[in-house]
Amino acid sequence: MQSVASTVLTLVLFATYLGIGALAHDTHFSLGWVLASTLLVWAGPAQIILISTLGSGATIVQAAVAVTVSAIRLFPMVVSVLPMLRTAQTKRRHLVLATHFIAVTLWVECYRLLPLVPRERRIAFVHGLGSGLLTVCLSATALGYGLAANLPQLFAAAILLLTPLAFLLSTARNCKQISDILALALGLALYPIVATLHTGVDILISGISAGTIAYGVHWWRERA
Amino acid sequence: MSGFFGDWHALLILVIAGFIPNEAWRLAGLWLGSGVDEGSEVLVWVRAVATAILAGVIAQILVQPPGALASVPDWLRYGAVAAGFCGFVATRRSIFAGVVGGEIVMLAGKWWLG
Repeated sequence: MQSVASTVLTLVLFATYLGIGALAHDTHFSLGWVLASTLLVWAGPAQIILISTLGSGATIVQAAVAVTVSAIRLFPMVVSVLPMLRTAQTKRRHLVLATHFIAVTLWVECYRLLPLVPRERRIAFVHGLGSGLLTVCLSATALGYGLAANLPQLFAAAILLLTPLAFLLSTARNCKQISDILALALGLALYPIVATLHTGVDILISGISAGTIAYGVHWWRERA
Repeated sequence: MSGFFGDWHALLILVIAGFIPNEAWRLAGLWLGSGVDEGSEVLVWVRAVATAILAGVIAQILVQPPGALASVPDWLRYGAVAAGFCGFVATRRSIFAGVVGGEIVMLAGKWWLG
Protein backbone atom coordinates (compact mmCIF):
# COMPACT_ATOMS: atom_id res chain seq x y z
CA MET A 1 0.00 0.00 0.00
CA GLN A 2 2.85 2.30 0.80
CA SER A 3 4.21 1.64 -2.67
CA VAL A 4 0.87 2.63 -4.21
CA ALA A 5 0.89 5.91 -2.31
CA SER A 6 4.54 6.72 -2.85
CA THR A 7 4.74 6.76 -6.61
CA VAL A 8 3.97 9.82 -8.74
CA LEU A 9 2.80 7.37 -11.34
CA THR A 10 -0.27 6.78 -9.17
CA LEU A 11 -1.16 10.46 -9.58
CA VAL A 12 -0.60 10.21 -13.32
CA LEU A 13 -2.82 7.11 -13.48
CA PHE A 14 -5.49 8.87 -11.43
CA ALA A 15 -5.56 11.81 -13.84
CA THR A 16 -5.45 9.54 -16.89
CA TYR A 17 -8.43 7.51 -15.68
CA LEU A 18 -10.25 10.74 -14.83
CA GLY A 19 -9.81 11.49 -18.53
CA ILE A 20 -10.95 8.01 -19.60
CA GLY A 21 -14.09 8.33 -17.46
CA ALA A 22 -14.84 11.72 -19.01
CA LEU A 23 -14.17 10.43 -22.54
CA ALA A 24 -16.57 7.52 -21.97
CA HIS A 25 -19.26 9.89 -20.74
CA ASP A 26 -18.86 12.14 -23.77
CA THR A 27 -19.08 9.19 -26.17
CA HIS A 28 -22.25 7.90 -24.41
CA PHE A 29 -20.98 4.73 -22.78
CA SER A 30 -22.55 3.71 -19.45
CA LEU A 31 -20.70 4.09 -16.16
CA GLY A 32 -20.75 0.35 -15.54
CA TRP A 33 -19.31 -0.27 -18.99
CA VAL A 34 -16.33 2.01 -18.51
CA LEU A 35 -15.69 0.63 -15.00
CA ALA A 36 -15.76 -2.89 -16.45
CA SER A 37 -13.31 -1.76 -19.14
CA THR A 38 -10.89 -0.45 -16.49
CA LEU A 39 -11.16 -3.73 -14.58
CA LEU A 40 -10.90 -6.05 -17.60
CA VAL A 41 -8.68 -4.19 -20.05
CA TRP A 42 -6.39 -2.49 -17.53
CA ALA A 43 -4.31 -0.61 -20.06
CA GLY A 44 -4.85 3.14 -20.51
CA PRO A 45 -3.92 3.59 -24.18
CA ALA A 46 -5.99 0.52 -25.17
CA GLN A 47 -9.04 1.96 -23.39
CA ILE A 48 -8.60 5.36 -25.02
CA ILE A 49 -8.30 3.69 -28.43
CA LEU A 50 -11.29 1.42 -27.75
CA ILE A 51 -13.57 4.22 -26.59
CA SER A 52 -12.55 6.72 -29.26
CA THR A 53 -12.74 4.24 -32.17
CA LEU A 54 -16.11 2.83 -31.07
CA GLY A 55 -17.32 6.36 -30.28
CA SER A 56 -16.42 7.55 -33.77
CA GLY A 57 -18.59 4.84 -35.31
CA ALA A 58 -15.95 2.26 -36.24
CA THR A 59 -16.96 -1.41 -36.41
CA ILE A 60 -16.09 -3.91 -33.66
CA VAL A 61 -13.52 -5.50 -35.95
CA GLN A 62 -11.75 -2.20 -36.62
CA ALA A 63 -11.68 -1.42 -32.89
CA ALA A 64 -10.44 -4.91 -32.02
CA VAL A 65 -7.61 -4.66 -34.57
CA ALA A 66 -6.51 -1.23 -33.28
CA VAL A 67 -6.56 -2.45 -29.67
CA THR A 68 -4.74 -5.70 -30.50
CA VAL A 69 -1.89 -3.79 -32.14
CA SER A 70 -1.56 -1.41 -29.18
CA ALA A 71 -1.54 -4.37 -26.76
CA ILE A 72 1.42 -6.16 -28.34
CA ARG A 73 3.78 -4.43 -25.91
CA LEU A 74 2.17 -6.40 -23.05
CA PHE A 75 3.66 -9.63 -24.38
CA PRO A 76 7.37 -8.75 -23.98
CA MET A 77 6.54 -6.96 -20.70
CA VAL A 78 5.04 -10.11 -19.21
CA VAL A 79 7.91 -12.24 -20.49
CA SER A 80 10.48 -9.91 -18.90
CA VAL A 81 8.75 -9.47 -15.51
CA LEU A 82 7.70 -13.04 -14.74
CA PRO A 83 11.22 -14.42 -14.19
CA MET A 84 11.56 -11.89 -11.34
CA LEU A 85 8.43 -13.29 -9.66
CA ARG A 86 9.07 -17.00 -9.97
CA THR A 87 10.55 -19.34 -7.40
CA ALA A 88 11.27 -23.03 -7.90
CA GLN A 89 7.85 -23.92 -6.43
CA THR A 90 5.81 -21.43 -8.45
CA LYS A 91 3.10 -22.95 -10.65
CA ARG A 92 1.90 -21.19 -13.75
CA ARG A 93 -1.60 -20.67 -12.33
CA HIS A 94 -0.12 -18.72 -9.41
CA LEU A 95 0.99 -16.11 -11.92
CA VAL A 96 -2.28 -15.59 -13.82
CA LEU A 97 -3.55 -12.71 -11.67
CA ALA A 98 -0.13 -11.03 -11.56
CA THR A 99 -0.03 -11.35 -15.37
CA HIS A 100 -3.36 -9.55 -15.69
CA PHE A 101 -2.08 -6.64 -13.60
CA ILE A 102 0.95 -6.08 -15.83
CA ALA A 103 0.73 -2.87 -17.81
CA VAL A 104 3.21 -0.05 -18.26
CA THR A 105 3.06 1.32 -14.73
CA LEU A 106 3.38 -2.04 -13.01
CA TRP A 107 6.14 -3.04 -15.41
CA VAL A 108 8.36 -0.07 -14.57
CA GLU A 109 7.53 -0.27 -10.87
CA CYS A 110 8.43 -3.97 -10.80
CA TYR A 111 11.91 -3.13 -12.05
CA ARG A 112 12.26 -0.43 -9.42
CA LEU A 113 10.67 -2.14 -6.41
CA LEU A 114 10.90 -5.91 -6.80
CA PRO A 115 14.64 -6.12 -6.04
CA LEU A 116 13.77 -4.75 -2.57
CA VAL A 117 11.19 -7.51 -1.95
CA PRO A 118 12.18 -11.05 -0.86
CA ARG A 119 11.60 -13.41 -3.77
CA GLU A 120 8.98 -15.62 -2.06
CA ARG A 121 6.84 -12.56 -1.33
CA ARG A 122 7.02 -10.96 -4.76
CA ILE A 123 3.79 -12.44 -6.18
CA ALA A 124 1.87 -11.22 -3.13
CA PHE A 125 3.54 -7.83 -3.52
CA VAL A 126 2.43 -7.55 -7.16
CA HIS A 127 -1.14 -8.60 -6.22
CA GLY A 128 -1.19 -5.86 -3.58
CA LEU A 129 0.30 -3.18 -5.82
CA GLY A 130 -1.96 -4.18 -8.72
CA SER A 131 -5.19 -4.15 -6.73
CA GLY A 132 -4.19 -0.88 -5.05
CA LEU A 133 -3.61 0.81 -8.40
CA LEU A 134 -6.79 -0.74 -9.79
CA THR A 135 -8.82 0.69 -6.89
CA VAL A 136 -7.35 4.15 -7.51
CA CYS A 137 -8.14 3.89 -11.22
CA LEU A 138 -11.71 2.63 -10.71
CA SER A 139 -12.40 5.59 -8.39
CA ALA A 140 -10.85 7.99 -10.91
CA THR A 141 -12.89 6.49 -13.76
CA ALA A 142 -16.13 6.98 -11.80
CA LEU A 143 -15.15 10.52 -10.74
CA GLY A 144 -14.16 11.51 -14.29
CA TYR A 145 -17.45 10.11 -15.58
CA GLY A 146 -19.35 12.23 -13.09
CA LEU A 147 -17.37 15.39 -13.78
CA ALA A 148 -17.26 15.04 -17.56
CA ALA A 149 -19.73 17.75 -18.49
CA ASN A 150 -17.75 20.32 -16.49
CA LEU A 151 -14.28 19.60 -17.88
CA PRO A 152 -12.90 22.23 -20.29
CA GLN A 153 -11.14 21.10 -23.47
CA LEU A 154 -7.79 22.44 -22.27
CA PHE A 155 -7.99 20.13 -19.24
CA ALA A 156 -8.77 17.16 -21.49
CA ALA A 157 -5.72 17.98 -23.63
CA ALA A 158 -3.54 18.22 -20.50
CA ILE A 159 -4.72 14.78 -19.34
CA LEU A 160 -4.01 13.22 -22.73
CA LEU A 161 -0.50 14.69 -22.69
CA LEU A 162 0.16 12.94 -19.35
CA THR A 163 0.35 9.49 -20.95
CA PRO A 164 3.29 10.17 -23.31
CA LEU A 165 5.10 12.26 -20.68
CA ALA A 166 4.78 9.68 -17.92
CA PHE A 167 5.54 6.72 -20.20
CA LEU A 168 8.64 8.44 -21.58
CA LEU A 169 10.04 9.54 -18.23
CA SER A 170 9.28 6.36 -16.29
CA THR A 171 10.86 4.27 -19.04
CA ALA A 172 13.86 6.61 -19.18
CA ARG A 173 14.32 6.29 -15.42
CA ASN A 174 14.41 2.50 -15.76
CA CYS A 175 17.07 2.47 -18.46
CA LYS A 176 20.05 0.65 -17.03
CA GLN A 177 21.79 -0.89 -19.99
CA ILE A 178 22.87 0.72 -23.24
CA SER A 179 20.32 -1.50 -25.02
CA ASP A 180 17.43 0.07 -23.03
CA ILE A 181 18.50 3.64 -23.81
CA LEU A 182 19.04 2.89 -27.50
CA ALA A 183 15.73 1.02 -27.73
CA LEU A 184 13.88 4.02 -26.30
CA ALA A 185 15.60 6.58 -28.53
CA LEU A 186 15.43 4.47 -31.70
CA GLY A 187 11.82 3.48 -31.01
CA LEU A 188 10.81 7.14 -30.79
CA ALA A 189 12.72 8.01 -33.96
CA LEU A 190 11.66 5.03 -36.08
CA TYR A 191 7.90 5.12 -35.44
CA PRO A 192 7.19 8.38 -37.34
CA ILE A 193 9.18 7.02 -40.31
CA VAL A 194 7.45 3.62 -40.32
CA ALA A 195 4.06 5.29 -39.80
CA THR A 196 4.31 6.86 -43.25
CA LEU A 197 3.95 3.33 -44.69
CA HIS A 198 0.47 2.91 -43.07
CA THR A 199 0.87 -0.84 -42.65
CA GLY A 200 -1.55 -1.10 -39.72
CA VAL A 201 1.17 -2.78 -37.64
CA ASP A 202 3.57 0.20 -37.71
CA ILE A 203 4.27 0.00 -33.97
CA LEU A 204 5.17 -3.66 -34.22
CA ILE A 205 7.58 -3.06 -37.12
CA SER A 206 9.30 -0.03 -35.59
CA GLY A 207 9.41 -1.68 -32.13
CA ILE A 208 10.94 -4.97 -33.21
CA SER A 209 13.49 -3.29 -35.50
CA ALA A 210 14.50 -0.65 -32.94
CA GLY A 211 14.68 -3.24 -30.15
CA THR A 212 16.73 -5.63 -32.25
CA ILE A 213 19.19 -2.92 -33.36
CA ALA A 214 19.57 -1.88 -29.71
CA TYR A 215 20.19 -5.47 -28.68
CA GLY A 216 22.66 -5.87 -31.55
CA VAL A 217 24.69 -2.93 -30.25
CA HIS A 218 24.64 -4.41 -26.74
CA TRP A 219 25.78 -7.81 -28.07
CA TRP A 220 28.54 -6.24 -30.14
CA ARG A 221 29.85 -4.23 -27.18
CA GLU A 222 29.85 -7.28 -24.91
CA ARG A 223 32.01 -9.13 -27.42
CA ALA A 224 34.37 -6.29 -28.18
CA MET B 1 -28.37 -4.13 -13.75
CA SER B 2 -28.85 -3.48 -17.43
CA GLY B 3 -29.21 0.25 -16.71
CA PHE B 4 -25.82 0.36 -14.99
CA PHE B 5 -23.86 -1.63 -17.55
CA GLY B 6 -25.86 -0.71 -20.66
CA ASP B 7 -27.18 -3.65 -22.70
CA TRP B 8 -25.40 -7.01 -22.94
CA HIS B 9 -24.43 -6.13 -26.49
CA ALA B 10 -22.18 -3.29 -25.28
CA LEU B 11 -20.52 -5.60 -22.76
CA LEU B 12 -19.97 -8.21 -25.45
CA ILE B 13 -18.21 -5.57 -27.58
CA LEU B 14 -16.04 -4.71 -24.58
CA VAL B 15 -15.00 -8.33 -24.16
CA ILE B 16 -14.34 -8.89 -27.88
CA ALA B 17 -12.60 -5.62 -28.74
CA GLY B 18 -11.11 -4.72 -25.35
CA PHE B 19 -10.59 -7.61 -22.98
CA ILE B 20 -9.56 -10.43 -25.33
CA PRO B 21 -7.00 -8.45 -27.42
CA ASN B 22 -5.15 -7.39 -24.26
CA GLU B 23 -5.48 -10.57 -22.23
CA ALA B 24 -4.38 -12.74 -25.15
CA TRP B 25 -0.99 -11.00 -25.29
CA ARG B 26 -0.57 -11.22 -21.52
CA LEU B 27 -1.39 -14.94 -21.43
CA ALA B 28 0.84 -15.57 -24.45
CA GLY B 29 3.64 -13.97 -22.44
CA LEU B 30 2.80 -16.20 -19.47
CA TRP B 31 2.77 -19.37 -21.58
CA LEU B 32 5.72 -18.77 -23.86
CA GLY B 33 7.85 -16.91 -21.36
CA SER B 34 7.74 -19.45 -18.56
CA GLY B 35 10.93 -21.16 -19.68
CA VAL B 36 13.02 -17.98 -19.74
CA ASP B 37 15.65 -17.52 -17.04
CA GLU B 38 16.22 -14.26 -15.22
CA GLY B 39 19.49 -12.78 -16.47
CA SER B 40 19.43 -14.64 -19.80
CA GLU B 41 20.43 -12.87 -23.01
CA VAL B 42 17.00 -13.44 -24.61
CA LEU B 43 15.55 -11.31 -21.85
CA VAL B 44 17.81 -8.36 -22.73
CA TRP B 45 16.43 -8.51 -26.27
CA VAL B 46 12.80 -8.93 -25.09
CA ARG B 47 13.23 -5.94 -22.80
CA ALA B 48 14.69 -3.84 -25.61
CA VAL B 49 11.74 -4.74 -27.86
CA ALA B 50 9.23 -3.95 -25.08
CA THR B 51 10.90 -0.58 -24.54
CA ALA B 52 10.97 0.19 -28.26
CA ILE B 53 7.29 -0.77 -28.75
CA LEU B 54 6.41 1.47 -25.82
CA ALA B 55 8.46 4.24 -27.44
CA GLY B 56 6.35 3.67 -30.56
CA VAL B 57 3.14 4.07 -28.51
CA ILE B 58 4.52 7.35 -27.09
CA ALA B 59 5.47 8.59 -30.57
CA GLN B 60 2.05 7.60 -31.92
CA ILE B 61 0.20 9.66 -29.31
CA LEU B 62 2.41 12.66 -30.14
CA VAL B 63 2.35 12.33 -33.95
CA GLN B 64 -1.31 11.27 -34.30
CA PRO B 65 -2.85 12.81 -31.15
CA PRO B 66 -6.24 11.51 -29.92
CA GLY B 67 -9.24 13.73 -29.10
CA ALA B 68 -8.59 17.05 -27.39
CA LEU B 69 -4.82 16.74 -27.71
CA ALA B 70 -5.23 17.33 -31.46
CA SER B 71 -6.20 20.93 -30.61
CA VAL B 72 -2.61 21.54 -29.45
CA PRO B 73 -0.31 22.47 -32.39
CA ASP B 74 2.42 19.94 -33.35
CA TRP B 75 5.36 22.12 -32.30
CA LEU B 76 3.81 22.73 -28.88
CA ARG B 77 3.22 19.00 -28.22
CA TYR B 78 6.80 18.13 -29.14
CA GLY B 79 8.16 21.17 -27.28
CA ALA B 80 6.22 20.33 -24.11
CA VAL B 81 7.49 16.74 -24.07
CA ALA B 82 11.06 17.91 -24.80
CA ALA B 83 10.78 20.46 -21.96
CA GLY B 84 9.47 17.75 -19.63
CA PHE B 85 12.42 15.55 -20.52
CA CYS B 86 14.88 18.41 -19.86
CA GLY B 87 13.20 19.02 -16.48
CA PHE B 88 13.54 15.32 -15.70
CA VAL B 89 17.27 15.31 -16.56
CA ALA B 90 17.92 18.62 -14.73
CA THR B 91 16.33 17.34 -11.51
CA ARG B 92 18.35 14.12 -11.53
CA ARG B 93 15.54 11.96 -12.89
CA SER B 94 12.49 13.26 -11.05
CA ILE B 95 9.42 12.05 -12.97
CA PHE B 96 7.27 14.48 -11.02
CA ALA B 97 9.35 17.51 -12.06
CA GLY B 98 9.39 16.34 -15.67
CA VAL B 99 5.64 15.71 -15.90
CA VAL B 100 4.74 19.00 -14.19
CA GLY B 101 7.28 20.92 -16.34
CA GLY B 102 5.95 19.46 -19.58
CA GLU B 103 2.34 20.19 -18.63
CA ILE B 104 3.17 23.78 -17.65
CA VAL B 105 4.87 24.41 -21.01
CA MET B 106 1.85 23.00 -22.86
CA LEU B 107 -0.67 25.03 -20.82
CA ALA B 108 1.44 28.21 -21.07
CA GLY B 109 1.75 27.73 -24.83
CA LYS B 110 -2.01 27.28 -25.23
CA TRP B 111 -2.66 30.35 -23.09
CA TRP B 112 -0.16 32.41 -25.09
CA LEU B 113 -1.81 31.31 -28.36
CA GLY B 114 -5.15 32.39 -26.90
